[in-house]
Amino acid sequence: MAGTAQAFQSLIKRDLKLAGRSGTGGLLAVFFFALVVTMVPFGLGPDLKLLARIAPGMIWVAFILSSLLSLDRLFQTDFEDGSFDLMVLSPLPMEALVLAKCVAHWLTNAVPLLIATPVLALLLNIDGVSMGMVILTLVVGTPGLTLMGAIGAALTVGVRRGGLLVALLIMPLYVPVVIFAVGSVEAAREAAQLGQPVDIFEPNFFFLMALTLGAGVLGPLAGAAGLRLNLS
Amino acid sequence: MTYSLAKLTVDGLTVERGGRTVLSDLSFSCAAGQALIIRGANGSGKSTLLRALATLLEIKAGSVLLDGLELEEPDERAEHIHYLGHLDGIKTALTVEENLAIWHAYYGGAPAHPDLSPALRAFDLARLRDLPAQYLSAGQKKRLALSRLLVVPRPLWCLDEPSVSLDQHNKGLLSDLINQHTAVGGIAIIPSHEDLPLAHALELRIDTVDRKAA
Repeated sequence: MAGTAQAFQSLIKRDLKLAGRSGTGGLLAVFFFALVVTMVPFGLGPDLKLLARIAPGMIWVAFILSSLLSLDRLFQTDFEDGSFDLMVLSPLPMEALVLAKCVAHWLTNAVPLLIATPVLALLLNIDGVSMGMVILTLVVGTPGLTLMGAIGAALTVGVRRGGLLVALLIMPLYVPVVIFAVGSVEAAREAAQLGQPVDIFEPNFFFLMALTLGAGVLGPLAGAAGLRLNLS
Repeated sequence: MTYSLAKLTVDGLTVERGGRTVLSDLSFSCAAGQALIIRGANGSGKSTLLRALATLLEIKAGSVLLDGLELEEPDERAEHIHYLGHLDGIKTALTVEENLAIWHAYYGGAPAHPDLSPALRAFDLARLRDLPAQYLSAGQKKRLALSRLLVVPRPLWCLDEPSVSLDQHNKGLLSDLINQHTAVGGIAIIPSHEDLPLAHALELRIDTVDRKAA
């Protein structure tokens, strides 16, 4: 058991080190995110009300697109250089391997995006309550996105340039996450506009949490099954 | 240190790859302290056999038993098998030493301050320990990959053509390493076209299925 925990930690540490050393992946995602968000006001014109209205949805969509950029490489680099064969021969079960890769991917990709979010959200004339809720829903929802994405990444690990395929496979899984996240922000914003106390824990938010928790179970299981399928 | 392993037994092994039967009804055994050299033409299934032995491939029929036991759980496999394929599993962004340290930690080696110097010394890599692996030549990469065998002790070594791109001197070091491994009761399975001077080597010839058909 000690060996398993050690392997789990060392895999995360390794991926963080690799991302820090060679990876422009996280940075690329942030730049892409910034690009999309800054382009929106130019495309829509100077209607501040409209911008504030669409800001939460816009940020969520931009966030998802940015995090998709590096998702297809989640397992592929290890497959291509032969590391994966060696990783299989460790005390770590495949499901835990998928989970560790997801943790590292979330830390190196989603966290930089989360840090950039408050700054970029200001460009969309977002109000205080919405801003808080957007960040909260991102913190709660994006681990789910990574875990769902792992399923697509695992299934397409043997496909060269499988980015498009990953996006196609997992987009349907992302739809409910976006709906409940933005619904949650909207509910809070409406309550604030009517002068009522803002209740974070309303149904939309619970569904969002449920989706992430569900992905926490299904992602590693399905991801591991997908990887085993590609082991040949 | 000696390994407590006694025997690797393969019985009626049949493996399919991409819907084609590559190995059918193959049986052999290898006792502790022996190196088994697998011979066969290109495409005869040497690497497939090795991957099946290393539990990296699903077996269609038959069994691979270590001391009568099938290795199913990840930690059982991790205790027993070292695999080295054609791909070296080296992260080019990391240094030589970091590459070894990663596998030491990941393979459950004692955590605090791993002593990697035996592994670094085995193929004279100590001098290159701080060099990023991207600057290594093909032969040096192979040596680094082989050094990984020493970061944690495991009795069954599955080495796919380990002497490829090594020079004469390093082939000698490789043979020494395998001889040391078998001397303490380890098993080495080595598909190879070369004649390495190994102390306790057996040969196994495998023939292709489609050659039989033709």
